[in-house]
Amino acid sequence: MSRRTNSRIAQSKRGRLTRRDLLARAAGVVGAAATAPVAGQQSIDTTRRPGRGPNGLDQRSPFVTPRRDPSSTSSRTPLQDLRGTITPADLHFERHHGGVPEIDPGRYELLVHGMVDRPTVFNLADLQRFPATSRTCFLECSGNLRRGGPETPPQMVCGLTSQTEWTGVMLSALFAEVGADPDATWFLAEGQDAAVMTRSIPTEKAFDDAMVVYAQNGDALMPGNGYPARLLLPGWEGNASVKWLRRIELADQPFMTREETSKYTDPLGDGTVRQFSFVMDARSIITDPAYPRVIEPGWHEIRGLAWSGRGRITNVEVSVDGGDSWEQAALQGPVLPKAHVRFRHPWNWTGGPAEIMSRATDETGYVQPTWETLRAARGPNTRYHQNPITSWTITGGGRVLFGSERLQA
Amino acid sequence: MLAASVPAATAQPPSTGTQGTFGLGRAATTAEIEALDIDVRPDGWGLPPGRGNAADGARVWERTCRVCHGPEGKGGTTAPVVGRAPNGRPPTVGNFWPYATTLYDYINRAMPRNAPGTLTSDQVYGVVAWILVRNEIIPDDAEMNAETLPQVVMPARARFVPDDRRGGREVR
Repeated sequence: MSRRTNSRIAQSKRGRLTRRDLLARAAGVVGAAATAPVAGQQSIDTTRRPGRGPNGLDQRSPFVTPRRDPSSTSSRTPLQDLRGTITPADLHFERHHGGVPEIDPGRYELLVHGMVDRPTVFNLADLQRFPATSRTCFLECSGNLRRGGPETPPQMVCGLTSQTEWTGVMLSALFAEVGADPDATWFLAEGQDAAVMTRSIPTEKAFDDAMVVYAQNGDALMPGNGYPARLLLPGWEGNASVKWLRRIELADQPFMTREETSKYTDPLGDGTVRQFSFVMDARSIITDPAYPRVIEPGWHEIRGLAWSGRGRITNVEVSVDGGDSWEQAALQGPVLPKAHVRFRHPWNWTGGPAEIMSRATDETGYVQPTWETLRAARGPNTRYHQNPITSWTITGGGRVLFGSERLQA
Repeated sequence: MLAASVPAATAQPPSTGTQGTFGLGRAATTAEIEALDIDVRPDGWGLPPGRGNAADGARVWERTCRVCHGPEGKGGTTAPVVGRAPNGRPPTVGNFWPYATTLYDYINRAMPRNAPGTLTSDQVYGVVAWILVRNEIIPDDAEMNAETLPQVVMPARARFVPDDRRGGREVR
């Protein structure tokens, strides 16, 4: 036995091996065939040799392998594997329309022109010299709902949302720098990806909380999230926060780009097509317990995320009986506007089928709707801004499955 | 504690430069503005010189577009561009695009997908004309150019309504 072993045997026989010591050594330190595992054995094993030294860039433990779920055009954050509210930058969701460009920051330039006194080109160093602001908020693709079957994890239901502490310059500072014309009411934001992505944005948003950001959780942006600089429109549909920003043009009318006409619009039941539906409405989802977990009867903390593009979440309610009754969940402070907030609620599962769900309310009084309410309001043809209440059913055996029955066409 | 709010106004520089600016960035040249300013607006602003009709466009379509969009603009590997189903299902240029100028803007900047921005302005006008003819929106021999394209009225234009929701509790 090691001298470090804190046992009465070692103390009483200090300095002299006992018969018991010899038997213990013969049985081996790890995985003794004839005896049960020694409690705390791994706690001892790793003390036997020095570990790796400091390095320049840490990696996750080999036992930790979170993954985005990539498709040809997007990748989804593994919401069920995350426990806080900041999404690690390498797990932030992606949505691209022409792939990810590789941009040399030394040659990066942002042109601001149109209805301005001084058409100006800013390089990255210029942008970083302006007074900086940091803001923690979510991004969400407005197409962030997949109505999968029972074996659908949160990642696949709505993994096109993530949260970051963004740092950059207020767009209003750039507009002041170039002498923006007060009569300008719209601006075109354009990216330098192969889609040369463009969206028209009201200048109201520029003078509210729009930013040009160059840092993601304190570090440079990831290439998939817009390196070296992108537009950030807190609370608005993700497509409008144009990545790889190369140009801003101020004007007095919208440009009617492809993304704001044939895409990202809402064909309603009355035949009209709603355009410029920018704001992401209040939403929540339980991330744990969720598919593919299997749980045992007893106490579990129901956990999830809630958010609203209009401002702060004021409360999240949780039901464990399929919506018959609701209780207030606890919100993890600080509750920030236009940001994911963590909600938690204790639940004693006594066994037997159950259905758990969450419902968010934001500071404007808006309550997250059911799928039926949403469909009744919009008709059957819309694809964007679908934020229905979702649920997880628990079978008698403890399998947690997505409540797909709640989202029937 | 993370900042709970964001300042709405910019910080003032310690000493006032021209009109209270920081003196950052450099003046853009006309040449670089012209090189980047490729957008086309519904009133036609931004359309370059050039012209094309459906016959011109058919040659480009055959060589460059049909591989994804299909020989007739539907049935390809990507969403159809041709179709006049009145209920907008599936949505196409013919039943869902409100502005013809967007066709020029989008094809010019983003198509073909494997080599975006490589078509000449004549080629883009031709492809635009071909698509509009196939969707029965303009006559077979119509020429599309900077004057005629903004005048095309798309069947879907009247359907588009800017978001008029007032917020609060309503779900619309």
